[in-house]
Amino acid sequence: MTDVAIMAWRQYRLERRLFWRNPSAAFFNFLLPLLFLAFFGAIFHNNQHDLDVIVPGIAGMSVMSTTFTALAFNITFLREQGVLKRIRGTPMPGISYLLGLAGNAVTNTAVQIVIITVAGKVFFGTGWPRNYLELVVFVSAGVLCFASLGVAFSHVIPNFDSAPAYVNAVFLPVVAVSGVFFDETHTPGFLKGIAQALPLYHLISGLSAAMVKGTALSHNVTALGVIAAWSALGILFAVRGFSWDQRRD
Amino acid sequence: MSDPAIAVRGLRKSYADFEAVRGIEFEVRRGEVFGLLGPNGAGKTTTVEILEGYRRRSAGEVSVLGFDPGERSRELRARVGIVLQSTGIYRHIRVREAVAHFASMYPHPRDVDEVVAVCGLDGKQTATARTLSGGQLRRLDLALALVGDPELIFLDEPTTGFDPAARRNAWDTIRSLKELGKTILLTTHYLDEAQALADRVAIIKDGRILIEGAPGSLGASAGGAPFRVVYRNGDGGVVEHETDDPTALLYELTGAALARGERLEGLTVTRPTLEDVYLELTADEDPEPAPAGS
Repeated sequence: MTDVAIMAWRQYRLERRLFWRNPSAAFFNFLLPLLFLAFFGAIFHNNQHDLDVIVPGIAGMSVMSTTFTALAFNITFLREQGVLKRIRGTPMPGISYLLGLAGNAVTNTAVQIVIITVAGKVFFGTGWPRNYLELVVFVSAGVLCFASLGVAFSHVIPNFDSAPAYVNAVFLPVVAVSGVFFDETHTPGFLKGIAQALPLYHLISGLSAAMVKGTALSHNVTALGVIAAWSALGILFAVRGFSWDQRRD
Repeated sequence: MSDPAIAVRGLRKSYADFEAVRGIEFEVRRGEVFGLLGPNGAGKTTTVEILEGYRRRSAGEVSVLGFDPGERSRELRARVGIVLQSTGIYRHIRVREAVAHFASMYPHPRDVDEVVAVCGLDGKQTATARTLSGGQLRRLDLALALVGDPELIFLDEPTTGFDPAARRNAWDTIRSLKELGKTILLTTHYLDEAQALADRVAIIKDGRILIEGAPGSLGASAGGAPFRVVYRNGDGGVVEHETDDPTALLYELTGAALARGERLEGLTVTRPTLEDVYLELTADEDPEPAPAGS
């Protein structure tokens, strides 16, 4: 067991080193949420209500992009390149490798949440988070949910060339419908229905409670429940369909 | 240690609509270089990937260092090194960093710098993988497979894409592994490579082993005469004899020639090469299209 953890840690350290070795990719990874924040901050600069919507919205989007998008891309690439197969031929346990990969993604999530929180306080007047425990709970739940869904979704993507199309076909509509960029009270009913069935909507309402509204965790049990249900689905399909090899046996 | 490194009995592998391996049997002794030859789609890769633990077999018995590779025990993987046909690596990883990282996965790794040097990557330690040439990447593949100090090494087309000098270097590396007592299962398209390196070879076609033996003795077991004597007669015509006793035949031919006061121009005695045997056995009047991914 300690062996599994030590190997996961080594893999994580390698992933972090390699992440920073491609500085332009790393830069844009962190710049993107800031660009969104700056853009909407400029639009809503006189309207604290809208700023209070956009900051947790962008935070939710960041959780999804650093885990779901990143892992779906990475695993498709690593599988196509044969890196997964090579790892499979070594004594490193598969779970150690995947934990290292996921740890890398989660680190990016944490950094982005910190950047967004600081930017929210410094530039957008949303103040410091009202409930840090709630923030940690929802970020963790969101990470688990979207990381497992990202791994599961990588099974659907046939090759790396088509990965951007597949990932964006999910990411963009989910972001658009889940109220990242606008107050959900303005959404038409049927769109709201769709959004409420999806995990990002609930992640954002949890983050909004933690970062802006300060409502207690006990008021957001339903949101947590929906995220947990999607997590269970994500984990099930992430594990069941997992293939280390491009060619299916 | 007298039990074989690899024992395969009655191995079969079926896909939905196709039987890729149809009852293969062979053994690889410890310390031996065993070559697996055959045309594309013959079942070589399927067989090797079952031995490596990547695929499940449909039927038969397989033992690798005494383990069933289908159970994927970590102990077995720690004692085996695998060079796959085409495997990528992180584009931004450095050569020494990659070898050191893989070394950390094994219980008793070799010295990282020594492995880098043995694989001809000296001077490339800090180069990232994306800047390496195809041949250098192939040598990195070998380094990653050797750094765990495996007893058994699977080499799938290890020198494809190498220039002649790099191939000779790779052959020297493989020979030095054999001298260290390693067992090697070599899959290759290059018959001269199998002839140069393998103690024994098996030729696979359509999921079956057609013939198995030392590369030099395959001609005889394939039913042909083991030696061929060729020379030109006084008119310049080429004369060919096949024999299993070249000493007696040469005595007779050269005696007669000397008695006539002639020379046997261009006299050669050859054994059929592995290539001769291979081409004869795998010739196919009605070639089946090679199915993808077998």
